Amino acid sequence: MSGTVERRFTFPKVAIIVGAVLLAAVWLVPLLWAIDTSLKPEPETTQTPITWLPGAPTLDAYQSVLEQGSILRWFLNSTIVAVLVTSLTLLVSVLAAYGFSRTTFPGRRVLFGILIAGILVPPQVLIVPLFQEMSGLGLVDTYWGMVLPQVVAPVMVFVLKKFFDGVSRDFEDAARVDGATRLRIVWSVMVPMSRPILVAVGIFTFIGAWNNFLWPFIVTTDPSMMTIPVGLANVQGSYGLRYAQIMASAVLGGLPLLIVFALFQRHVVRGVGDAGIKG
Amino acid sequence: MAVQTPTRTSTTEARHAQEPPRNGPPWIEKWGGLFFVAPFGVLFAFFLLWPTVAGLWNSFFNTSLAGVKQEFLGLQNWREMFGDPAVWDSLKNTLVFTAMSTPPLVIIALVMALLANRKGLLGWLLRFSYFAPFVLPATVVTLIWVWIYQPGFGLVNGLLTAGGFAEIDWLNDENRAMLAVVITTVWWTVGFNFLLYLAALQGIPEQVYEAASIDGANGRQKLFRITLPLMSRTTGLIIVLQLVASLKIFDQIYLMTDGGPNYATRPIIQYIYESGFTSYRIGYASAISYLFFAIIVIVAVAQFKLFSGKKEAV
Repeated sequence: MSGTVERRFTFPKVAIIVGAVLLAAVWLVPLLWAIDTSLKPEPETTQTPITWLPGAPTLDAYQSVLEQGSILRWFLNSTIVAVLVTSLTLLVSVLAAYGFSRTTFPGRRVLFGILIAGILVPPQVLIVPLFQEMSGLGLVDTYWGMVLPQVVAPVMVFVLKKFFDGVSRDFEDAARVDGATRLRIVWSVMVPMSRPILVAVGIFTFIGAWNNFLWPFIVTTDPSMMTIPVGLANVQGSYGLRYAQIMASAVLGGLPLLIVFALFQRHVVRGVGDAGIKG
Repeated sequence: MAVQTPTRTSTTEARHAQEPPRNGPPWIEKWGGLFFVAPFGVLFAFFLLWPTVAGLWNSFFNTSLAGVKQEFLGLQNWREMFGDPAVWDSLKNTLVFTAMSTPPLVIIALVMALLANRKGLLGWLLRFSYFAPFVLPATVVTLIWVWIYQPGFGLVNGLLTAGGFAEIDWLNDENRAMLAVVITTVWWTVGFNFLLYLAALQGIPEQVYEAASIDGANGRQKLFRITLPLMSRTTGLIIVLQLVASLKIFDQIYLMTDGGPNYATRPIIQYIYESGFTSYRIGYASAISYLFFAIIVIVAVAQFKLFSGKKEAV
């Protein structure tokens, strides 16, 4: 027991910790219940009264889900789509943010005004005309059809532009004296200096793209082109009422990002602060 | 969020205006910046601007998804929309969802941030637990929660019957289905608001609390006199972001109840989707899209007014 007043465990402090842990437990229960169910033999899932832990834990459900194969294909599709969306979004947004922040050209203000107005347009409003456009371009059931509309993220350009506005021009001027082109400056001055905000934008773009349901749902009809969220939407129907298998596919579908979040928690937490509050 | 930098930008520009041109010939100096904006600009024009304009155009025509023949209708789609009870019912469902989901999504987020703002392993575990559901795809969330709400052997009803209460058929009861969706949504998305609050909390300088301690303030006084007042701008921001996010409700409802039972939960975006992709009425779906768009713009403009006014005060 330490002697100072601040260090002592007082009743309110203990109560707060207990409350915090209880709330965390409530938030984890649905996830744990899903994992729990996925490890039960199929008949045990529909038993009443419900059992807490599986009598004889088994990976049968995972085996049957993986053997059906489509979930691996959806993983691949989700990875391709999310990686393309994230890298292209970062690329075009950084260039545009630099253009709006550091260069002058006729019409710059008008274009930036249009971009700001674009932030207001909810993607949900565009599904019908965008689908028409995609079928006109022959991009239905293609990766590009899923990816390209998601790359247009005016709010990311806005956040990055505001960040670039705050970066001192001294480094840039020094690089220019050394004869660097503007493209070179973007790559070797602006990008390294804005790494935290780029990581934040990247992480949230990736989560958004991996989890996006509505647009991939609309633009894919071929099960082999579906992403995880879209493919899993049909799982309930195709497995019937095999709850262990349904939960096994839910766990598999949720696992990648849970792992990413566990590894990069610090960046995610700080990124929200950088992009959300200051942006 | 709020736009506030034009003065600062223009002064820095003025300071650098006398720089000698170093980007090659004069036309590159003048137009070169456009190349940086061009890749984004082209995608923006193709996949945001064009569909926005095409949607408005379509709303005046009798267009079907096949898109073969177009018949000019004038304002007929719009007139039909304002007289269509399904539009108003689904709009009402969207507003009810927004009104039900926003208060818990703000209050619980604030409580979580106050609880999890600590260092060490416990802090890490709390942050992980509170935020983890947010990184799951909508489908994973709804698969889990449909299973939890299951009558008979679902977790919630299992607990209710074990406690001697009557079962509730959450998703098939017109009066409970919306509540069930709201509970799922709070669980799923509160983590984002939690992180916004946490970032704001961590932005409060430690000295403020030290000074208060020296003045003899206790924990409760620090919470109500320092922390919560300093959180008011963040709360305003979170409320507006949440209102806009809740108005866009579609995924969870479509996946959990398909808008049922008896359309009791169908949100406006699902009606847009059904008009366009089930009834193949592009023009009509576009008109409803624009009604929804108008609502979002109103909320966003109100947000801008609110924050540009508040900024001076802080």
